[in-house]
Amino acid sequence: MSLNILLGIIYTIFKIIVIIVPLMLGVAYLTYAERKVIGYMHDRLGPNRVGKYGLLQPIADAIKLLFKELIIPTKANKYLYMMAPVIVIGPSLTAWAVIPFTETFVVADLNVGLLFLLAMTSLSVYGIIIAGWATNSKYALLGALRSAAQTISYEIAMGFCFVGVLMLSRSMNLKDIVLAQYGGVFSWYWLPLFPLFIVYWISAVAETNRAPFDVVEGESEIVAGFHVEYSGIRFALFFLAEYANMILVSVLCVIMFFGGWMPPVSPDTFIGGFLFNYVPSVVWLLLKSSFFIFTFLWFRATFPRYRYDQIMRLGWKVFIPVTLIWIFVTGIVIKFY
Amino acid sequence: MFIFFKRLLKNFLLLELLQGLRVTWRHFLGRKITILYPEEEIPKSDRFRGLHALMRYENGEERCIGCKLCEIVCPAKAITIETYQRNDGSRRTSKYEIDLFKCIFCGYCEEACPVDSIVQTEIYDYCFYDRNSCVITKDKLLAIGDQYNMDIVKMKKNDSVYR
Repeated sequence: MSLNILLGIIYTIFKIIVIIVPLMLGVAYLTYAERKVIGYMHDRLGPNRVGKYGLLQPIADAIKLLFKELIIPTKANKYLYMMAPVIVIGPSLTAWAVIPFTETFVVADLNVGLLFLLAMTSLSVYGIIIAGWATNSKYALLGALRSAAQTISYEIAMGFCFVGVLMLSRSMNLKDIVLAQYGGVFSWYWLPLFPLFIVYWISAVAETNRAPFDVVEGESEIVAGFHVEYSGIRFALFFLAEYANMILVSVLCVIMFFGGWMPPVSPDTFIGGFLFNYVPSVVWLLLKSSFFIFTFLWFRATFPRYRYDQIMRLGWKVFIPVTLIWIFVTGIVIKFY
Repeated sequence: MFIFFKRLLKNFLLLELLQGLRVTWRHFLGRKITILYPEEEIPKSDRFRGLHALMRYENGEERCIGCKLCEIVCPAKAITIETYQRNDGSRRTSKYEIDLFKCIFCGYCEEACPVDSIVQTEIYDYCFYDRNSCVITKDKLLAIGDQYNMDIVKMKKNDSVYR
């Protein structure tokens, strides 16, 4: 009995490692991809000096950050100051536990996976607020306040998008949500829930504090927001969490609106069956989510930063009504068809 | 009312945002204008006014006759010249220094020189390791002239057509 438990724990730890290691690599190369993509959109070349095509750039960055001095401001609250990066990175890694990569591979097959995700993504904002407060700097505090207000407003719109999805799939289990979308491109939820998908995607950009919603960092106004005074590996943790969150919301978007691990052609057809059976299903998930990750970078290269009051207006006066109306419409459609 | 719905439609279809995304996408695929500096360089004009050099005649004799026209014409007063009488009776410079921090690379010295001794080369990527070496001495100027003789002659010859 106890051996079984032990084996179970070891197996779970193994699964966690299988997720975390590629995730960390993915985050490292996402920073590279970001610099490269934005460079290309600016007609530049981006990093190309370290290694071939600059491919070793993220490793060089990581080494630099690891060896940098850790500075603690004199008036900072030391314990909270040191805790904050951990509080930020913790939930953004924990959230991966409920993500089903294939039909069988998921660390924790929770029945309330969607709620768990919502809880985890909102928890990491505490880290940001604590970081901003514990630094004892006016810029950091402003950044933290902005982050609190922004994340809470967009959480609501995002939650309503989740509601739309779970109304259609009648389940909060992410695996069931994907299975409910069984079929090709047109049986995925992006079609019936198109407005919710758009709202979800824009809120996701706002949730992760990325451009054009990056007033939290707002380098032209408040230096770097909540992490002004952070250096070295602590800064790297914030960075890591931000990029891990980007990947997370992209994967989540694919799971909720783009059929998770399903191939683009229905598995019932000949081609679809071939794609479904002979291509590892995680490939489809990663391909689809990499497109959404790309849009993050694309947005950053394209859009100027929103003004703070416009962000609030968009969140409260546009997104929440839109999502509510569409939930209502979905409800009626479900009731009568 | 119609205008209201038109605006609503325009806002909700995110058309302008998509337009913006299209622009960046075009540039993403477009040609990049970066020049990889140490490997590639921007082409230079034959009239490029870079680092200075002192030239010699083909028999090895210095061209400079110490007339000090360059020193006088120099608007930044970057050139310092001292002369002496050589044993054969000709006037030569004992000191010919250019302070590169003062120099504004206007090219007047080159124009003023009656014997085409002081010239400006195409060299622009030089550096100093201490502040004193910003003053280049006669030896260094002659050395530059000797080292890049062929390049300088070619450059001046190309440009002479237009002078």
